[in-house]
Amino acid sequence: MNIMTWSSLNAGVATPEIFLLCATCAILLIDVFLSDAKRHISYVLTLAALVATGCLLVAGYSLQPQLAFNGMFIADPLASLSKLGMVVGVILMLVYGRGYAAVRGLFRGELFTLTLCALLGMMVMASAVNFVVLYVGLELLSLSLYALVALQRTSSRSTEAAMKYFILGALASGLLLYGMSMVYGATQSLDVFVIAQKIAHDEANRLLTVFGIVFIVTGLGFKLGAVPFHMWAPDVYDGAPTLVSQLIGSAPKVAAFAFIMRILAQALEGFAFDWRSMLMVLAVLSLVIGNVTAIAQVNIKRMFAYSTISHMGFLLLGIMAATPGGYAAAFFYAMTYMLTAAAGFGLIMLLSREGFEADQIADFRGLNKRSPWFAAMMLIVMFSMAGIPVFIGFFAKLAIIQALVGLGLVWLAVIAVLMSVIGAFYYLRVVKVMYFEDPTDTAPIAAGADAKLVLSVNCLLLLVLGMAPDRLLTALTTALQFSLHPGL
Amino acid sequence: MITLTHYLVLAAILFAISVFGIFMNRKNLIVLLMAIELMLLAVNMNFIAFSQFLGDTAGQVFVFFILTVAAAESAIGLAILVVLFRGLRSIDVEDLDSLKG
Repeated sequence: MNIMTWSSLNAGVATPEIFLLCATCAILLIDVFLSDAKRHISYVLTLAALVATGCLLVAGYSLQPQLAFNGMFIADPLASLSKLGMVVGVILMLVYGRGYAAVRGLFRGELFTLTLCALLGMMVMASAVNFVVLYVGLELLSLSLYALVALQRTSSRSTEAAMKYFILGALASGLLLYGMSMVYGATQSLDVFVIAQKIAHDEANRLLTVFGIVFIVTGLGFKLGAVPFHMWAPDVYDGAPTLVSQLIGSAPKVAAFAFIMRILAQALEGFAFDWRSMLMVLAVLSLVIGNVTAIAQVNIKRMFAYSTISHMGFLLLGIMAATPGGYAAAFFYAMTYMLTAAAGFGLIMLLSREGFEADQIADFRGLNKRSPWFAAMMLIVMFSMAGIPVFIGFFAKLAIIQALVGLGLVWLAVIAVLMSVIGAFYYLRVVKVMYFEDPTDTAPIAAGADAKLVLSVNCLLLLVLGMAPDRLLTALTTALQFSLHPGL
Repeated sequence: MITLTHYLVLAAILFAISVFGIFMNRKNLIVLLMAIELMLLAVNMNFIAFSQFLGDTAGQVFVFFILTVAAAESAIGLAILVVLFRGLRSIDVEDLDSLKG
């Protein structure tokens, strides 16, 4: 029995999380004493806390994995880089959403503290190497998101979306836990590395583990919104306030990637043959159903929801490859998709104003005549999502397809390309509406200068990264190498 | 003699009941919340049974975490239900139909 001492906890490894937790509590307290007119103080404090967390992550970055809390928590490059991505995603959400939230009466302390709690949950998920910690992180994220979706209490659409999200999210957690209990029964351990070892030494009960994997993959499918477990996604994206849709659609996808890596690629690596075929089915269905259904949408938030489903199909294809190249491609996909989705929802919020959501594709009519600059930004986002060369989305898709072709899975690559072509139709329709139709709505764009500036940088980044994707891809590949095979 | 298999079968039955409760129930949202609780309890049964028969306490520790999170989860679920009822004046599953497309 090992005795636990303060130094054996090695808590310094979790400095960013500990700092974020303290900052969240402080902001929660300070906000109570602020009047509505001074609410911007908690907003600034929240942003400062996020930037400081980001700095701590950068300062503590090391290629060698470090364990903490008696082997329950790990800080490896995979965790650090994905946490950095999540912090950026949350900052973008707060900057784009400030004006949107203010005119709808959502600019309150709950928004900030719940968002920070969600981020903390995501960070714990990315660093967890024990099923208990994985579960606690996931629930911290999910519970915060349920409450955030219902933030607009007077809107019955929002609360309905929250209820649907809550029920299906709880079902997903239940399935995931049931799967974890089976894996625990088969391997007698909750520790990711011990489970991997037992499986490698053939000490795990095969039947129980495979049974558990079925439930784990189903639960992950629900959380990711992969077909056939996607029915909550469009309703939640549509019903939630747009800034919450942006949060759900961006940073948690990176967290989900890290989560899947921990469970499937690290703990259950020995059963890759079994989970690969399950992921393949989910991925192909997501690509087909997501892209085909998106064509029929007139609401741009619902269209983004179906487009997210198809992008998650791509992400799963990369993980399904189960090679270092495939994992790196999926990581790259998750990170760049996070940036693209944040920009997409940011543009919806840019066009919205008091009493006007701008959530119909028709609301983008003639945007080029109203604001040529932001029409060009939307063009970049749409081209990037469609995977048109030079933009970052193309290289993300290319990396996944390369990994598939490298494995000889040409038919999967063909399906992925075909579905991307179908997807291009509805992305290009938005471009057509913006450039070739006359505006029906001539009100000036109400968003603040900060949102406009950050949004422009965000969109241009999609183009700049697309011109030089190598550095990011190399950095992510090295990070994964050191995380998954620390010995090398 | 009650063996591990008995416990696992009981947990599986409870789990199946709760999944059916979520998908078959078209009437009352509170029943849905009860089904979710039942699902987590079925998982707890699994963990405790494994923990006991494998002689490893980690599973029982996990159960405490699940119980705590389940309490938080039902608090949020009921809160959303109250807000929903204020707007909708109903807790019928069938009335949750304003979002479609």
